Amino acid sequence: MSYSPTRTQSKAGYDAGVKDYKLTYYTPDYTPKDTDILAAFRVTAQPGVPYEEAGAAVAAESSTGTWTTVWTDLLTDLDRYKGRCYDIEPVPGEENQFFAYIAYPLDLFEEGSVTNLLTSLVGNVFGFKALKALRLEDIRIPVAYLKTFQGPPHGIQVERDKINKYGRPLLGCTIKPKLGLSAKNYGRAVYECLRGGLDFTKDDENINSQPFQRWRDRFLFVADAIHKSQAETGEIKGHYLNVTAATCEEMLERAAFAKELDMPIVMHDFLTGGFTANTTLAKYCRANGLLLHIHRAMHAVIDRQKNHGIHFRVLSKCLRMSGGDHIHTGTVVGKLEGDKAITLGFIDLLRENYVEQDRSRGVFFTQDWASMPGVMAVASGGIHVWHMPALVEIFGDDSVLQFGGGTLGHPWGNAPGATANRVALEACVQARNEGRDLTREGGDILREACKWSPELAVACEVWKEIKFEFEAVDTV
Amino acid sequence: MKTLPKERRFETLSYLPPLTDEQIRRQIQYILAQGYIAAVEFNEKSDPTEYYWTMWKLPLFKNPDVQDVLQEVNECRSEYPDNYVRVVGFDNIKQCQVLSFVVHKPSSNTGFQQRY
Repeated sequence: MSYSPTRTQSKAGYDAGVKDYKLTYYTPDYTPKDTDILAAFRVTAQPGVPYEEAGAAVAAESSTGTWTTVWTDLLTDLDRYKGRCYDIEPVPGEENQFFAYIAYPLDLFEEGSVTNLLTSLVGNVFGFKALKALRLEDIRIPVAYLKTFQGPPHGIQVERDKINKYGRPLLGCTIKPKLGLSAKNYGRAVYECLRGGLDFTKDDENINSQPFQRWRDRFLFVADAIHKSQAETGEIKGHYLNVTAATCEEMLERAAFAKELDMPIVMHDFLTGGFTANTTLAKYCRANGLLLHIHRAMHAVIDRQKNHGIHFRVLSKCLRMSGGDHIHTGTVVGKLEGDKAITLGFIDLLRENYVEQDRSRGVFFTQDWASMPGVMAVASGGIHVWHMPALVEIFGDDSVLQFGGGTLGHPWGNAPGATANRVALEACVQARNEGRDLTREGGDILREACKWSPELAVACEVWKEIKFEFEAVDTV
Repeated sequence: MKTLPKERRFETLSYLPPLTDEQIRRQIQYILAQGYIAAVEFNEKSDPTEYYWTMWKLPLFKNPDVQDVLQEVNECRSEYPDNYVRVVGFDNIKQCQVLSFVVHKPSSNTGFQQRY
């Protein structure tokens, strides 16, 4: 066992005082075990702090270590429990910045608890003084640990079978204005969208149960809209009923009512609600046959800065473990942040069963999901019919494309707006299947469909010139 | 401004004008090119919560070409003209159904209404 410069030696006696972290926690000869949880941190050290010491400090503070030796260290076997910094890799072109690779033994974590995992990995260590900044870039979850999680309540394929929709992306829309509609007017907007051809509509994330629209009233009117539009169109319809609430008990009460109304899907905000609540809800949803849509309010606070925080690919992995059938991922083409290669990297991590390491897409570790169900990627925000060819090309079939303004902003109203999107989507899917190149011929494909779909022609007229072309802040 | 008429739909590709035989041929080509297994199903109703339609024979496992599948579609259509007929695709690696589109609707007025 040569991986550690110093092994903890109880027999040598207790030596009080402050020791360099690297003596215990920097172990460049260590080969990670298949059962270790691995983490890649982007560390910005304070000037003058050696990389080995900073990397070891991250390993120590996110596992067993504290700033000074304590006598009770001698009552345990630190070699069994300590995190180890096993590799260091300077970031090209950045001063004082490097990637630290850390291996954590499996026994450090409670089974089936994302909350416990994150409390260690991204706990106190992020406020550590020897570091200027710290970002968790990626984690590798060993199969042994993964198998202690339920994961998504249903997953992509069961969802398709339940709602009877195959071979195309699904279409959604967030009902606007975000706040202030009465429950009945809200339900009317839902009905018009769904009868026009959308598969889902969505509660805005900040609609919970406010004075202008209590949750029970909203659920009842929305249920009516769903039943009516389903009967008329002959297609299965759903609305993401937001069950995010102040307490887990209230959250479950709302989910139970959605089930009672025979609704197919509910929704939760996993970051503001918290992982404990989310995992509770995911288990409820599997036990009760409800699909679970996940919104990600607060993610940009955590993941937007390049040198500090947690990358969204880590949050994505945590969500897949905690449980959700859909999650918002950004659009690549719309108004919100997201570099294409990076977005595709974590979309793979959400949907695929086995993802190879690929640094050009920000994937630091090969991840085997061991048959855990996949999560549908949701593209939402600032997208409209002209984006459709690119969205179908980028996201593929296992995604939900959400056109909020792109449906409700149609000059003829929600139903024709929904039809415009559905026609554009199906024209793109048909063309793709026929072997046409959506990137090059996308515009032609839409223009051809405009000839027989007046709803699409009007939409194409309204949104022709809108573009969002800012440089992404987050790059590889 | 126009009001969108109430219409019954039939999931994927049903918001397009009814597929011509040539278009159906190209979609079947896609199913086979992906390595999926094609099958034909028919049913009197298109109620979305009725998950199972009746299978027209077994899925075409033995390396069919497009013409073989079209042949089955045509036979099913002529034997059950008052039924809905759809082509589906199975992926035996993912172990599930991955594609489905309607290729025939009953000639009576209860089904799809041409509006374009």
